[in-house]
Amino acid sequence: MNGVWTVLSGMLQGLGRAQFFLVSILGAIPAALLRPRLLAQQVYAVGVMSLIIIVISGSFVGMVLALQGYRTLVDFGAAESLGVFVAIVIVRELGPVVTALLFAGRAGSALAAEIGLMRATDQLSGMEMMAVDPIKRVIAPRFLAGVIAMPLLAMIFALMAIGVAGGHAVGVDLLGVDDGAYWSQIHAKLHWDDIRDSLIKSVVFGAAVSWIAVYQGYHAAPTSEGVSRATTSTVVVSSLAILALDFILTAFMFR
Amino acid sequence: MTVSESTTDALVRVRGLHFSHGPRVIYDGVDVDIARGKVTAIMGPSGTGKTTLLRIIGGQWRPNAGSVHFDGVDVHGLRRAPLYELRKRMGMLFQNGALLTDLTVFENIAFPMREHTQLPESMIRDLVLMKLEAVGLRGARDLYPSQLSGGMSRRVGLARAIALDPQLVMYDEPFAGQDPISMGVLMRLIRSLNDALGLTSIVVSHDVEEVLSISDQAYVIAGGKVLAHGTPEAIRNSGSPYVEQFLRGQPDGPVAFHYKAAPYAQDLMAGVRT
Ligand SMILES: Nc1ncnc2c1ncn2[C@@H]1O[C@H](COP(=O)(O)OP(=O)(O)OP(=O)(O)O)[C@@H](O)[C@H]1O
Ligand SMILES: [Mg+2]
Repeated sequence: MNGVWTVLSGMLQGLGRAQFFLVSILGAIPAALLRPRLLAQQVYAVGVMSLIIIVISGSFVGMVLALQGYRTLVDFGAAESLGVFVAIVIVRELGPVVTALLFAGRAGSALAAEIGLMRATDQLSGMEMMAVDPIKRVIAPRFLAGVIAMPLLAMIFALMAIGVAGGHAVGVDLLGVDDGAYWSQIHAKLHWDDIRDSLIKSVVFGAAVSWIAVYQGYHAAPTSEGVSRATTSTVVVSSLAILALDFILTAFMFR
Repeated sequence: MTVSESTTDALVRVRGLHFSHGPRVIYDGVDVDIARGKVTAIMGPSGTGKTTLLRIIGGQWRPNAGSVHFDGVDVHGLRRAPLYELRKRMGMLFQNGALLTDLTVFENIAFPMREHTQLPESMIRDLVLMKLEAVGLRGARDLYPSQLSGGMSRRVGLARAIALDPQLVMYDEPFAGQDPISMGVLMRLIRSLNDALGLTSIVVSHDVEEVLSISDQAYVIAGGKVLAHGTPEAIRNSGSPYVEQFLRGQPDGPVAFHYKAAPYAQDLMAGVRT
Protein backbone atom coordinates (compact mmCIF):
# COMPACT_ATOMS: atom_id res chain seq x y z
CA MET A 1 0.00 0.00 0.00
CA ASN A 2 2.80 2.29 1.02
CA GLY A 3 4.70 1.39 -2.13
CA VAL A 4 1.69 2.15 -4.29
CA TRP A 5 1.34 5.53 -2.61
CA THR A 6 5.02 6.37 -3.12
CA VAL A 7 4.78 5.42 -6.75
CA LEU A 8 1.57 7.42 -7.15
CA SER A 9 2.89 10.59 -5.54
CA GLY A 10 6.12 10.23 -7.49
CA MET A 11 4.01 9.88 -10.60
CA LEU A 12 2.09 13.06 -9.78
CA GLN A 13 5.33 14.97 -9.29
CA GLY A 14 6.66 13.60 -12.53
CA LEU A 15 3.47 14.30 -14.44
CA GLY A 16 4.59 17.68 -15.69
CA ARG A 17 7.93 16.27 -16.77
CA ALA A 18 6.15 13.31 -18.35
CA GLN A 19 3.88 15.58 -20.36
CA PHE A 20 6.82 17.59 -21.58
CA PHE A 21 8.52 14.32 -22.49
CA LEU A 22 5.43 13.19 -24.41
CA VAL A 23 5.44 16.42 -26.38
CA SER A 24 9.04 15.86 -27.45
CA ILE A 25 8.25 12.24 -28.38
CA LEU A 26 5.30 13.35 -30.48
CA GLY A 27 7.56 15.91 -32.12
CA ALA A 28 9.94 13.10 -33.06
CA ILE A 29 7.22 10.85 -34.52
CA PRO A 30 7.48 12.19 -38.09
CA ALA A 31 11.20 11.38 -38.03
CA ALA A 32 10.40 7.89 -36.76
CA LEU A 33 7.87 7.38 -39.54
CA LEU A 34 10.53 8.26 -42.09
CA ARG A 35 12.50 5.19 -40.99
CA PRO A 36 10.05 2.36 -41.55
CA ARG A 37 12.67 -0.36 -41.10
CA LEU A 38 13.63 0.82 -37.63
CA LEU A 39 9.95 1.05 -36.73
CA ALA A 40 9.14 -2.37 -38.16
CA GLN A 41 11.97 -3.88 -36.11
CA GLN A 42 10.50 -2.41 -32.95
CA VAL A 43 6.93 -3.47 -33.73
CA TYR A 44 8.26 -6.95 -34.39
CA ALA A 45 10.25 -6.92 -31.15
CA VAL A 46 7.39 -5.84 -28.86
CA GLY A 47 4.83 -7.85 -30.81
CA VAL A 48 6.74 -11.11 -30.80
CA MET A 49 7.71 -10.60 -27.18
CA SER A 50 4.08 -10.55 -26.12
CA LEU A 51 2.55 -12.89 -28.69
CA ILE A 52 2.80 -16.22 -26.88
CA ILE A 53 1.52 -14.92 -23.58
CA ILE A 54 -1.38 -13.20 -25.38
CA VAL A 55 -2.35 -16.32 -27.31
CA ILE A 56 -2.26 -18.54 -24.24
CA SER A 57 -4.12 -16.06 -22.05
CA GLY A 58 -6.72 -15.50 -24.75
CA SER A 59 -7.41 -19.23 -24.93
CA PHE A 60 -7.81 -19.61 -21.19
CA VAL A 61 -10.01 -16.56 -20.84
CA GLY A 62 -12.16 -17.92 -23.69
CA MET A 63 -12.53 -21.29 -21.98
CA VAL A 64 -13.44 -19.75 -18.64
CA LEU A 65 -16.01 -17.49 -20.26
CA ALA A 66 -17.54 -20.44 -22.08
CA LEU A 67 -17.93 -22.37 -18.84
CA GLN A 68 -19.20 -19.46 -16.78
CA GLY A 69 -21.41 -18.11 -19.51
CA TYR A 70 -22.96 -21.48 -20.28
CA ARG A 71 -23.77 -22.18 -16.61
CA THR A 72 -25.55 -18.86 -16.32
CA LEU A 73 -27.30 -18.81 -19.67
CA VAL A 74 -28.53 -22.38 -19.67
CA ASP A 75 -30.74 -21.67 -16.65
CA PHE A 76 -32.60 -19.17 -18.78
CA GLY A 77 -32.72 -21.53 -21.70
CA ALA A 78 -30.54 -19.13 -23.61
CA ALA A 79 -27.47 -21.29 -24.16
CA GLU A 80 -27.39 -20.40 -27.83
CA SER A 81 -26.68 -16.77 -26.83
CA LEU A 82 -23.32 -17.89 -25.48
CA GLY A 83 -21.60 -16.59 -28.60
CA VAL A 84 -22.87 -13.06 -28.15
CA PHE A 85 -22.10 -13.10 -24.46
CA VAL A 86 -18.50 -14.15 -25.04
CA ALA A 87 -17.98 -11.88 -28.01
CA ILE A 88 -19.32 -8.77 -26.34
CA VAL A 89 -17.47 -9.28 -23.09
CA ILE A 90 -14.24 -9.94 -24.95
CA VAL A 91 -14.50 -7.23 -27.57
CA ARG A 92 -15.76 -4.47 -25.33
CA GLU A 93 -13.80 -5.15 -22.17
CA LEU A 94 -11.55 -8.09 -21.59
CA GLY A 95 -9.78 -8.01 -24.93
CA PRO A 96 -8.28 -4.53 -24.64
CA VAL A 97 -7.91 -4.55 -20.84
CA VAL A 98 -6.34 -7.97 -20.33
CA THR A 99 -4.12 -7.55 -23.39
CA ALA A 100 -2.94 -4.18 -22.11
CA LEU A 101 -2.21 -5.57 -18.63
CA LEU A 102 -0.22 -8.43 -20.13
CA PHE A 103 1.48 -6.05 -22.54
CA ALA A 104 2.52 -3.81 -19.63
CA GLY A 105 3.93 -6.76 -17.74
CA ARG A 106 5.77 -8.24 -20.68
CA ALA A 107 6.72 -5.53 -23.17
CA GLY A 108 6.39 -2.41 -20.98
CA SER A 109 8.71 -3.66 -18.28
CA ALA A 110 11.24 -4.89 -20.82
CA LEU A 111 11.16 -1.54 -22.58
CA ALA A 112 11.72 0.38 -19.36
CA ALA A 113 14.61 -1.91 -18.40
CA GLU A 114 16.22 -1.64 -21.83
CA ILE A 115 16.10 2.14 -21.89
CA GLY A 116 17.08 2.46 -18.24
CA LEU A 117 20.11 0.31 -18.85
CA MET A 118 21.04 2.40 -21.86
CA ARG A 119 20.92 5.43 -19.57
CA ALA A 120 22.97 3.73 -16.85
CA THR A 121 25.71 2.66 -19.28
CA ASP A 122 26.03 6.09 -20.95
CA GLN A 123 24.64 4.77 -24.24
CA LEU A 124 22.14 7.63 -24.37
CA SER A 125 24.83 10.22 -23.59
CA GLY A 126 27.02 8.55 -26.17
CA MET A 127 24.34 9.00 -28.81
CA GLU A 128 23.86 12.63 -27.85
CA MET A 129 27.58 13.21 -28.29
CA MET A 130 27.41 11.51 -31.68
CA ALA A 131 24.79 14.11 -32.56
CA VAL A 132 22.09 11.43 -32.64
CA ASP A 133 18.99 12.46 -30.73
CA PRO A 134 18.02 9.49 -28.53
CA ILE A 135 14.42 10.69 -28.48
CA LYS A 136 14.30 10.32 -32.26
CA ARG A 137 16.47 7.24 -32.56
CA VAL A 138 15.48 5.21 -29.50
CA ILE A 139 12.39 6.56 -27.79
CA ALA A 140 9.98 7.61 -30.55
CA PRO A 141 10.22 4.35 -32.57
CA ARG A 142 9.65 2.27 -29.42
CA PHE A 143 6.71 4.41 -28.35
CA LEU A 144 5.13 4.23 -31.77
CA ALA A 145 5.74 0.49 -31.95
CA GLY A 146 3.78 0.04 -28.73
CA VAL A 147 0.89 2.09 -30.08
CA ILE A 148 0.81 -0.03 -33.24
CA ALA A 149 1.37 -3.42 -31.62
CA MET A 150 -1.28 -3.12 -28.89
CA PRO A 151 -4.38 -3.14 -31.16
CA LEU A 152 -2.90 -6.01 -33.17
CA LEU A 153 -2.29 -8.00 -30.01
CA ALA A 154 -5.74 -7.16 -28.65
CA MET A 155 -7.24 -8.41 -31.89
CA ILE A 156 -5.30 -11.65 -31.65
CA PHE A 157 -6.39 -12.02 -28.05
CA ALA A 158 -10.05 -11.49 -28.98
CA LEU A 159 -9.93 -13.94 -31.89
CA MET A 160 -8.25 -16.57 -29.71
CA ALA A 161 -10.73 -16.11 -26.88
CA ILE A 162 -13.85 -16.13 -29.04
CA GLY A 163 -12.56 -18.98 -31.17
CA VAL A 164 -11.49 -21.16 -28.29
CA ALA A 165 -14.64 -20.42 -26.32
CA GLY A 166 -16.64 -21.44 -29.36
CA GLY A 167 -14.62 -24.56 -29.95
CA HIS A 168 -14.89 -25.49 -26.32
CA ALA A 169 -18.60 -24.84 -26.01
CA VAL A 170 -19.41 -26.60 -29.24
CA GLY A 171 -16.91 -29.40 -29.06
CA VAL A 172 -17.24 -30.48 -25.45
CA ASP A 173 -20.21 -32.87 -25.11
CA LEU A 174 -21.12 -31.46 -21.77
CA LEU A 175 -22.03 -28.07 -23.13
CA GLY A 176 -23.21 -29.00 -26.59
CA VAL A 177 -24.01 -25.54 -27.89
CA ASP A 178 -25.15 -25.50 -31.51
CA ASP A 179 -22.32 -24.54 -33.84
CA GLY A 180 -24.46 -22.47 -36.18
CA ALA A 181 -26.17 -20.62 -33.36
CA TYR A 182 -22.88 -19.65 -31.74
CA TRP A 183 -21.49 -17.93 -34.80
CA SER A 184 -24.69 -16.53 -36.29
CA GLN A 185 -25.57 -14.88 -32.99
CA ILE A 186 -22.16 -13.23 -32.89
CA HIS A 187 -22.64 -12.14 -36.44
CA ALA A 188 -26.06 -10.68 -35.74
CA LYS A 189 -25.45 -8.98 -32.41
CA LEU A 190 -21.87 -7.79 -32.46
CA HIS A 191 -21.77 -4.34 -34.04
CA TRP A 192 -19.05 -2.51 -35.83
CA ASP A 193 -19.31 0.13 -33.12
CA ASP A 194 -18.13 -2.43 -30.60
CA ILE A 195 -15.12 -3.30 -32.69
CA ARG A 196 -14.31 0.34 -33.29
CA ASP A 197 -14.55 1.17 -29.59
CA SER A 198 -12.42 -1.84 -28.78
CA LEU A 199 -9.74 -0.61 -31.18
CA ILE A 200 -9.87 2.88 -29.71
CA LYS A 201 -9.38 1.40 -26.27
CA SER A 202 -6.41 -0.68 -27.29
CA VAL A 203 -4.73 2.22 -29.06
CA VAL A 204 -5.19 4.43 -25.98
CA PHE A 205 -3.89 1.69 -23.68
CA GLY A 206 -0.95 1.04 -26.00
CA ALA A 207 -0.04 4.72 -25.98
CA ALA A 208 -0.38 4.92 -22.19
CA VAL A 209 1.76 1.86 -21.48
CA SER A 210 4.44 2.85 -23.99
CA TRP A 211 4.54 6.40 -22.72
CA ILE A 212 4.90 5.24 -19.10
CA ALA A 213 7.54 2.67 -20.01
CA VAL A 214 9.78 4.96 -22.06
CA TYR A 215 9.38 7.74 -19.51
CA GLN A 216 10.33 5.49 -16.61
CA GLY A 217 13.29 4.07 -18.50
CA TYR A 218 14.57 7.39 -19.78
CA HIS A 219 14.41 9.03 -16.36
CA ALA A 220 15.67 6.05 -14.39
CA ALA A 221 18.47 6.70 -11.93
CA PRO A 222 21.67 5.42 -13.62
CA THR A 223 22.12 2.49 -11.24
CA SER A 224 20.93 -1.10 -11.12
CA GLU A 225 18.48 -0.11 -8.40
CA GLY A 226 17.18 2.73 -10.56
CA VAL A 227 16.58 0.36 -13.46
CA SER A 228 14.76 -2.15 -11.30
CA ARG A 229 12.62 0.61 -9.85
CA ALA A 230 11.79 1.84 -13.34
CA THR A 231 10.54 -1.61 -14.39
CA THR A 232 8.42 -2.03 -11.27
CA SER A 233 6.87 1.42 -11.57
CA THR A 234 6.14 0.80 -15.21
CA VAL A 235 4.03 -2.24 -14.39
CA VAL A 236 2.31 -0.68 -11.37
CA VAL A 237 1.59 2.70 -12.92
CA SER A 238 0.57 1.20 -16.28
CA SER A 239 -1.86 -1.23 -14.66
CA LEU A 240 -3.52 1.53 -12.68
CA ALA A 241 -3.61 3.78 -15.72
CA ILE A 242 -5.18 1.05 -17.87
CA LEU A 243 -7.96 0.40 -15.39
CA ALA A 244 -8.65 4.10 -14.83
CA LEU A 245 -8.62 4.87 -18.55
CA ASP A 246 -10.89 1.90 -19.19
CA PHE A 247 -13.44 3.33 -16.81
CA ILE A 248 -13.27 6.76 -18.43
CA LEU A 249 -13.47 5.43 -21.98
CA THR A 250 -16.28 3.03 -21.14
CA ALA A 251 -18.26 5.85 -19.54
CA PHE A 252 -17.98 7.86 -22.75
CA MET A 253 -18.62 5.00 -25.14
CA PHE A 254 -21.72 3.50 -23.55
CA ARG A 255 -23.61 6.54 -22.37
CA MET B 1 41.67 40.02 -28.86
CA THR B 2 40.88 39.93 -32.56
CA VAL B 3 38.65 37.51 -34.35
CA SER B 4 41.48 35.93 -36.31
CA GLU B 5 43.30 35.27 -33.08
CA SER B 6 40.33 33.48 -31.63
CA THR B 7 40.00 31.25 -34.67
CA THR B 8 43.64 30.33 -35.00
CA ASP B 9 44.68 29.99 -31.37
CA ALA B 10 42.19 27.93 -29.51
CA LEU B 11 39.60 25.56 -30.90
CA VAL B 12 37.97 25.38 -27.49
CA ARG B 13 38.02 28.35 -25.17
CA VAL B 14 36.61 27.96 -21.66
CA ARG B 15 36.25 31.10 -19.60
CA GLY B 16 35.30 31.58 -15.96
CA LEU B 17 33.72 28.14 -15.68
CA HIS B 18 31.62 27.52 -12.59
CA PHE B 19 29.82 24.24 -12.18
CA SER B 20 28.24 22.38 -9.27
CA HIS B 21 26.49 19.08 -8.79
CA GLY B 22 23.91 20.15 -6.26
CA PRO B 23 25.83 21.53 -3.29
CA ARG B 24 29.13 20.07 -4.48
CA VAL B 25 31.24 22.62 -6.34
CA ILE B 26 33.17 20.98 -9.16
CA TYR B 27 34.50 24.07 -10.96
CA ASP B 28 35.13 27.37 -9.32
CA GLY B 29 36.31 29.73 -12.02
CA VAL B 30 38.40 27.85 -14.56
CA ASP B 31 39.90 29.03 -17.85
CA VAL B 32 41.04 26.44 -20.36
CA ASP B 33 42.30 26.87 -23.92
CA ILE B 34 42.53 23.86 -26.18
CA ALA B 35 44.96 24.81 -28.91
CA ARG B 36 43.97 24.02 -32.46
CA GLY B 37 45.84 21.12 -34.00
CA LYS B 38 47.51 20.19 -30.72
CA VAL B 39 47.20 17.40 -28.19
CA THR B 40 46.18 18.73 -24.79
CA ALA B 41 46.43 16.55 -21.71
CA ILE B 42 44.07 17.04 -18.81
CA MET B 43 45.20 15.53 -15.55
CA GLY B 44 43.94 15.65 -12.03
CA PRO B 45 42.89 13.52 -9.11
CA SER B 46 39.99 11.11 -9.46
CA GLY B 47 36.63 12.81 -8.92
CA THR B 48 37.99 16.24 -9.68
CA GLY B 49 35.71 16.81 -12.66
CA LYS B 50 37.64 15.88 -15.79
CA THR B 51 34.79 13.90 -17.29
CA THR B 52 32.49 16.72 -16.24
CA LEU B 53 34.63 19.17 -18.19
CA LEU B 54 34.36 17.06 -21.35
CA ARG B 55 30.58 16.83 -20.97
CA ILE B 56 30.38 20.59 -20.53
CA ILE B 57 32.47 21.15 -23.65
CA GLY B 58 30.16 18.79 -25.53
CA GLY B 59 27.15 20.79 -24.37
CA GLN B 60 25.60 17.94 -22.40
CA TRP B 61 25.81 19.79 -19.13
CA ARG B 62 25.32 23.51 -18.71
CA PRO B 63 27.72 25.57 -16.56
CA ASN B 64 26.34 27.67 -13.72
CA ALA B 65 28.43 30.55 -14.95
CA GLY B 66 31.11 31.13 -17.56
CA SER B 67 31.27 30.22 -21.22
CA VAL B 68 32.57 27.59 -23.60
CA HIS B 69 33.39 28.58 -27.17
CA PHE B 70 34.02 25.97 -29.82
CA ASP B 71 35.58 27.42 -32.94
CA GLY B 72 34.22 30.83 -31.93
CA VAL B 73 30.68 29.54 -31.27
CA ASP B 74 29.16 29.75 -27.80
CA VAL B 75 28.26 26.10 -27.16
CA HIS B 76 25.69 26.78 -24.47
CA GLY B 77 24.04 29.62 -26.37
CA LEU B 78 23.00 27.24 -29.14
CA ARG B 79 19.56 25.82 -29.60
CA ARG B 80 19.14 22.10 -29.94
CA ALA B 81 19.48 21.71 -33.70
CA PRO B 82 22.66 23.78 -34.14
CA LEU B 83 24.14 22.13 -31.04
CA TYR B 84 23.64 18.74 -32.69
CA GLU B 85 25.25 20.09 -35.86
CA LEU B 86 28.21 21.25 -33.79
CA ARG B 87 28.56 17.85 -32.14
CA LYS B 88 29.09 16.24 -35.52
CA ARG B 89 32.44 17.99 -35.42
CA MET B 90 33.34 16.44 -32.08
CA GLY B 91 34.13 12.86 -31.22
CA MET B 92 34.15 11.54 -27.70
CA LEU B 93 35.52 8.39 -26.20
CA PHE B 94 33.57 7.72 -23.02
CA GLN B 95 35.35 6.43 -19.97
CA ASN B 96 33.52 3.09 -20.20
CA GLY B 97 33.21 2.98 -23.97
CA ALA B 98 29.43 3.63 -23.95
CA LEU B 99 28.97 1.17 -26.81
CA LEU B 100 25.46 0.32 -27.97
CA THR B 101 24.95 -3.11 -26.49
CA ASP B 102 22.47 -4.36 -29.09
CA LEU B 103 24.89 -3.77 -31.97
CA THR B 104 28.06 -5.62 -32.94
CA VAL B 105 31.45 -3.93 -32.83
CA PHE B 106 31.20 -3.36 -36.57
CA GLU B 107 27.73 -1.82 -36.36
CA ASN B 108 28.77 0.35 -33.42
CA ILE B 109 31.42 2.03 -35.51
CA ALA B 110 29.19 2.17 -38.56
CA PHE B 111 26.45 3.76 -36.43
CA PRO B 112 27.50 7.44 -36.73
CA MET B 113 28.25 6.94 -40.43
CA ARG B 114 24.82 5.45 -41.08
CA GLU B 115 23.12 8.19 -39.08
CA HIS B 116 24.91 11.13 -40.62
CA THR B 117 26.09 10.17 -44.08
CA GLN B 118 24.65 8.65 -47.23
CA LEU B 119 27.76 6.59 -47.92
CA PRO B 120 27.26 3.35 -49.83
CA GLU B 121 27.51 0.14 -47.83
CA SER B 122 30.81 -0.88 -49.42
CA MET B 123 32.47 2.36 -48.40
CA ILE B 124 31.11 2.14 -44.85
CA ARG B 125 32.57 -1.34 -44.65
CA ASP B 126 35.98 -0.14 -45.77
CA LEU B 127 35.97 2.81 -43.40
CA VAL B 128 34.90 0.69 -40.43
CA LEU B 129 37.57 -1.90 -41.14
CA MET B 130 40.18 0.86 -41.39
CA LYS B 131 39.19 2.27 -38.02
CA LEU B 132 39.15 -1.21 -36.49
CA GLU B 133 42.53 -2.04 -37.97
CA ALA B 134 43.94 1.12 -36.39
CA VAL B 135 42.90 -0.04 -32.91
CA GLY B 136 43.87 -3.65 -33.62
CA LEU B 137 40.39 -5.11 -33.40
CA ARG B 138 39.51 -5.90 -37.01
CA GLY B 139 39.12 -9.54 -35.97
CA ALA B 140 36.61 -8.63 -33.27
CA ARG B 141 34.14 -6.99 -35.62
CA ASP B 142 31.35 -9.53 -35.10
CA LEU B 143 31.51 -9.59 -31.33
CA TYR B 144 28.93 -7.89 -29.17
CA PRO B 145 30.04 -5.35 -26.53
CA SER B 146 29.23 -7.85 -23.75
CA GLN B 147 31.88 -10.15 -25.24
CA LEU B 148 34.65 -7.55 -25.01
CA SER B 149 37.04 -6.83 -22.16
CA GLY B 150 37.14 -3.35 -20.66
CA GLY B 151 40.25 -2.39 -22.58
CA MET B 152 38.81 -3.72 -25.84
CA SER B 153 35.56 -1.80 -25.33
CA ARG B 154 37.51 1.38 -24.87
CA ARG B 155 39.45 0.77 -28.07
CA VAL B 156 36.20 0.20 -29.97
CA GLY B 157 34.89 3.41 -28.40
CA LEU B 158 38.01 5.14 -29.66
CA ALA B 159 37.46 3.82 -33.17
CA ARG B 160 33.88 5.06 -33.01
CA ALA B 161 34.93 8.49 -31.72
CA ILE B 162 37.02 9.03 -34.85
CA ALA B 163 34.50 7.42 -37.21
CA LEU B 164 33.38 10.69 -38.76
CA ASP B 165 36.86 12.28 -38.76
CA PRO B 166 35.84 15.01 -36.32
CA GLN B 167 37.71 18.26 -35.73
CA LEU B 168 37.99 17.69 -32.00
CA VAL B 169 38.41 14.33 -30.31
CA MET B 170 37.97 14.03 -26.56
CA TYR B 171 39.48 10.90 -25.09
CA ASP B 172 38.34 10.12 -21.56
CA GLU B 173 40.95 7.78 -20.09
CA PRO B 174 41.89 5.95 -23.28
CA PHE B 175 44.73 4.10 -21.55
CA ALA B 176 42.81 2.71 -18.59
CA GLY B 177 42.85 -1.07 -18.61
CA GLN B 178 45.31 -1.37 -21.50
CA ASP B 179 48.32 -3.66 -21.41
CA PRO B 180 51.71 -2.01 -22.14
CA ILE B 181 51.62 -3.01 -25.80
CA SER B 182 48.18 -1.65 -26.62
CA MET B 183 48.95 1.38 -24.51
CA GLY B 184 51.96 2.15 -26.66
CA VAL B 185 49.93 1.59 -29.81
CA LEU B 186 47.13 3.84 -28.59
CA MET B 187 49.55 6.59 -27.61
CA ARG B 188 51.10 6.59 -31.06
CA LEU B 189 47.65 6.33 -32.63
CA ILE B 190 46.32 9.38 -30.82
CA ARG B 191 49.41 11.37 -31.72
CA SER B 192 49.48 10.29 -35.35
CA LEU B 193 45.73 10.76 -35.89
CA ASN B 194 46.13 14.23 -34.51
CA ASP B 195 49.00 15.07 -36.84
CA ALA B 196 47.92 13.21 -39.97
CA LEU B 197 44.30 14.36 -39.97
CA GLY B 198 44.95 17.77 -38.46
CA LEU B 199 42.67 17.07 -35.50
CA THR B 200 42.65 18.67 -32.12
CA SER B 201 42.79 16.25 -29.23
CA ILE B 202 41.98 16.36 -25.54
CA VAL B 203 43.33 13.43 -23.58
CA VAL B 204 42.20 12.86 -20.02
CA SER B 205 44.50 10.43 -18.30
CA HIS B 206 46.03 9.36 -15.03
CA ASP B 207 49.09 7.93 -16.72
CA VAL B 208 51.06 11.08 -16.21
CA GLU B 209 54.34 10.27 -17.92
CA GLU B 210 52.71 8.55 -20.88
CA VAL B 211 50.21 11.28 -21.58
CA LEU B 212 52.77 14.03 -21.13
CA SER B 213 55.03 12.30 -23.62
CA ILE B 214 52.46 12.65 -26.42
CA SER B 215 51.01 16.06 -25.57
CA ASP B 216 51.91 19.56 -26.62
CA GLN B 217 50.15 21.13 -23.69
CA ALA B 218 48.82 20.02 -20.35
CA TYR B 219 46.46 21.15 -17.63
CA VAL B 220 46.54 19.94 -14.06
CA ILE B 221 43.16 20.44 -12.41
CA ALA B 222 42.32 19.91 -8.74
CA GLY B 223 39.87 21.33 -6.25
CA GLY B 224 37.89 23.18 -8.90
CA LYS B 225 40.89 25.19 -10.08
CA VAL B 226 43.61 24.92 -12.69
CA LEU B 227 46.78 24.22 -10.73
CA ALA B 228 49.16 24.39 -13.63
CA HIS B 229 49.18 24.57 -17.37
CA GLY B 230 51.71 24.83 -20.10
CA THR B 231 54.03 22.56 -22.06
CA PRO B 232 54.89 19.16 -20.59
CA GLU B 233 58.36 20.54 -19.75
CA ALA B 234 56.88 23.47 -17.88
CA ILE B 235 54.56 21.15 -15.98
CA ARG B 236 57.38 18.84 -14.98
CA ASN B 237 59.45 21.78 -13.75
CA SER B 238 56.64 23.85 -12.34
CA GLY B 239 58.05 23.68 -8.83
CA SER B 240 54.54 23.82 -7.41
CA PRO B 241 54.18 21.37 -4.53
CA TYR B 242 50.68 20.40 -5.73
CA VAL B 243 51.85 19.47 -9.17
CA GLU B 244 54.94 17.82 -7.78
CA GLN B 245 52.83 15.62 -5.55
CA PHE B 246 50.51 14.72 -8.39
CA LEU B 247 53.28 13.87 -10.83
CA ARG B 248 55.12 11.75 -8.31
CA GLY B 249 51.97 10.13 -6.96
CA GLN B 250 52.65 10.85 -3.31
CA PRO B 251 49.78 10.32 -0.89
CA ASP B 252 50.86 13.12 1.45
CA GLY B 253 51.02 16.66 0.26
CA PRO B 254 48.85 19.64 -0.43
CA VAL B 255 46.39 17.67 -2.60
CA ALA B 256 44.03 15.63 -0.49
CA PHE B 257 43.84 11.99 -1.56
CA HIS B 258 40.64 11.63 0.46
CA TYR B 259 37.19 12.78 -0.56
CA LYS B 260 36.23 15.63 1.79
CA ALA B 261 35.36 14.14 5.20
CA ALA B 262 35.35 14.71 8.94
CA PRO B 263 38.66 13.94 10.71
CA TYR B 264 39.33 10.20 10.72
CA ALA B 265 39.65 9.79 14.49
CA GLN B 266 36.48 11.76 15.08
CA ASP B 267 34.62 9.63 12.55
CA LEU B 268 35.75 6.38 14.16
CA MET B 269 34.89 7.63 17.64
CA ALA B 270 31.43 8.66 16.46
CA GLY B 271 30.56 4.98 16.19
CA VAL B 272 31.34 4.41 19.87
CA ARG B 273 28.14 4.67 21.90
CA THR B 274 28.48 5.56 25.56
N1 LIG C 1 25.44 12.93 -12.14
C1 LIG C 1 26.11 13.37 -11.06
N2 LIG C 1 25.43 13.84 -10.00
C2 LIG C 1 26.07 14.31 -8.91
N3 LIG C 1 27.41 14.34 -8.79
C3 LIG C 1 28.14 13.87 -9.80
C4 LIG C 1 27.53 13.36 -11.00
N4 LIG C 1 28.50 12.98 -11.84
C5 LIG C 1 29.65 13.23 -11.21
N5 LIG C 1 29.45 13.77 -9.99
C6 LIG C 1 30.46 14.22 -9.04
O1 LIG C 1 31.27 15.12 -9.74
C7 LIG C 1 32.62 14.94 -9.41
C8 LIG C 1 33.44 14.94 -10.68
O2 LIG C 1 33.10 13.81 -11.43
P1 LIG C 1 33.90 13.42 -12.75
O3 LIG C 1 33.27 12.19 -13.28
O4 LIG C 1 33.94 14.61 -13.64
O5 LIG C 1 35.35 13.14 -12.16
P2 LIG C 1 36.66 12.71 -12.95
O6 LIG C 1 37.63 13.80 -12.75
O7 LIG C 1 36.34 12.34 -14.33
O8 LIG C 1 37.13 11.47 -12.10
P3 LIG C 1 37.82 10.09 -12.62
O9 LIG C 1 39.22 10.40 -12.86
O10 LIG C 1 37.64 9.17 -11.45
O11 LIG C 1 37.06 9.66 -13.82
C9 LIG C 1 32.71 13.65 -8.63
O12 LIG C 1 33.15 13.98 -7.34
C10 LIG C 1 31.34 13.09 -8.58
O13 LIG C 1 31.04 12.75 -7.25
MG1 LIG D 1 36.22 10.64 -15.35
